Amino acid sequence: MAEIGLKENEFKNPVVHWIDARMPIFTMMQKEYRAFPTPKNFNYFWNFGALATINLVIMIATGVFLAMNYDPSTSGAFDSVHRIMRDVNWGWMIRYIHMNGASLFFVLVYVHIFRGLYYGSYKKPRELIWMIGVVLLLLLMATAFMGYVLPWGQMSFWGATVITNLFGAIPVVGHGIVTWLWGGFAVANPTLNRFFSLHYLLPFIIVGVLFLHIMALHTVGSNNPLGIDVKGPQDTVPFHPYYTVKDSVGTCVYLLVFAILVFFLPHLLADPNNDIQANPLQTPSDIVPEWYFLPFYAILRSVPNKLGGVTLLFGSILILFVLPWLDTSPVRSCRFRPIMRWLWVLFVVDVLVLGWVGSNKPIGMFILYGRLATTWYYLHFLVFLPVLGRLERPLPLPASISKPVLGRGGGPLPSGAPARPMEKA
Amino acid sequence: MRALAAAAFGLALSAVPALAQETPPLPHVYWSFYGPFGTFNRTEAQHGYQVYKEICSACHSMTEFHFRDLAGIGYSKAEITAIAASVQVHGKPGKPADAFPSPFPNEAAAKAAFQGAVPPDMSLMASAFPGGPSYIYAILNGFRKAPPDVAVPPGRYYNLYFPGHFIAMPPPLHEGAVTFADGTPATVPEMAHDVATFLYFVANPHMEERKRVGAHVVLFLVFLTGLTYSLKRKIWSDVEH
Repeated sequence: MAEIGLKENEFKNPVVHWIDARMPIFTMMQKEYRAFPTPKNFNYFWNFGALATINLVIMIATGVFLAMNYDPSTSGAFDSVHRIMRDVNWGWMIRYIHMNGASLFFVLVYVHIFRGLYYGSYKKPRELIWMIGVVLLLLLMATAFMGYVLPWGQMSFWGATVITNLFGAIPVVGHGIVTWLWGGFAVANPTLNRFFSLHYLLPFIIVGVLFLHIMALHTVGSNNPLGIDVKGPQDTVPFHPYYTVKDSVGTCVYLLVFAILVFFLPHLLADPNNDIQANPLQTPSDIVPEWYFLPFYAILRSVPNKLGGVTLLFGSILILFVLPWLDTSPVRSCRFRPIMRWLWVLFVVDVLVLGWVGSNKPIGMFILYGRLATTWYYLHFLVFLPVLGRLERPLPLPASISKPVLGRGGGPLPSGAPARPMEKA
Repeated sequence: MRALAAAAFGLALSAVPALAQETPPLPHVYWSFYGPFGTFNRTEAQHGYQVYKEICSACHSMTEFHFRDLAGIGYSKAEITAIAASVQVHGKPGKPADAFPSPFPNEAAAKAAFQGAVPPDMSLMASAFPGGPSYIYAILNGFRKAPPDVAVPPGRYYNLYFPGHFIAMPPPLHEGAVTFADGTPATVPEMAHDVATFLYFVANPHMEERKRVGAHVVLFLVFLTGLTYSLKRKIWSDVEH
């Protein structure tokens, strides 16, 4: 039972001491982001969670400024976005950051997810972290989709029309739901208004769910490339300064990639059609979603039945919720799973093939490729993972995180790894 | 509306019939503004503006572009004031802060003049089509006599690069259509190249500033990455990992 009353603390600064006694936020930060024992064998793939968080902050910051100059009406949206690009001070930079940041968000999150798949980060005791992560993915997709509608270009409008119509596949109530989503009988002004409102709201919900994601993570602790449990303090280092500095290296590289996109290739990932104002009477010859939705788009189109396609589309993400129970192997890291390792590679290739199929018109061989890749996607989760756990013979696991490391070179253990201020480093 | 929605969905799901006649790949064109350090060639861009003013602006609006923006391709304040004053905006001489006026009072008037086709606004033309300026260049150079087995509908013209080949725009450029003050011969490829350069500027008025700022940001981040990485090496030096 937590005790009620002023909290003891050891902060020297009187203001910090006074605040912490009444609201132990400094103690919490100290515990969660300074002393927090973290496996010492992370590779750089463990940067991507932190990078996605930074990206979220950048998106919210730039989004707030964009919203100040944006007009969420069908008659004004397109012009207001291009007024931002031309006449608002640094508007072009803020918008290019926001628009390329959306793409980068998916790069970061997809790498983060595939890292989790490779190292078994979804397995016990981290099932809940993983499931909250899937919720975050769904929220991110919804936010990105609604954000893409706001500039009110041709792809905004027709993308919104196609995606909202997916709900029309639901038997009996489908058309009612679509009308309800639109706020009318087509994608129009009410749709744009509510998408703007929700696009502003959802990121803050993401912040809240992200807090839960991290809370669950800090309860059971991080996974690591070996996928084995931490055996004692010799296996960990304090989060600060060791991982604050390692995350900083990743942050610099990520910002570098971000800057090259924003300043030199700002239209690389954009569809030219979206520089034409939305016209409900003129369908573009090809309606293509943004690259980050292409694999799912391919799954949707691989079924010659609307309800079937929509079911497989949503199923492809919802299946991730039960992944911790589909994978029956007790070994987390693919480093010690000789067959799973290759299945993981094939799964990555499969998703890339789906993306490629999604970017092409569904004619000729692309129909076949799409169907094969969709089948493989589901086989991976529903057949390979459950069966492999029983058949595969994993390699012997190391005794502890420090063991294989020390076996390699020797040297003293990190001296109990005390938290250490940056300036002494 | 439900039918429209269903049609959109059907279009997304089902095979889209290939265009009856495919267009050839766009020509490779050299642009002064391509590459990480490319800038707008001022002469080309100003020639392009002249082509726009004397030819394109008869039918095409450019509503997002203001006279003051011309400073970005080297026009002086006095020149811009004079250019603006020479154009009637809402019935009186324009000012540098005015947007370029539309040649038609409204969309219906434009439609009536062109058998239902509205000449597209030029503000974003250089980024609204795959290929950008190269597409504009190709279209302007792409007018041909239709092959004998192709019947061109009335009010349409045969263009090699236009999707479907039947474009509502009559060939706008012909040899010597404008007279460049510096004596550059006004050939069709020359005018097409210059006006495409100008339109790329119109669509990306901040491009030069963007690349300039970007170079500084990238240099700074390379430096910061190096610094952070050495700090990381130092901090981790006492951990066996």
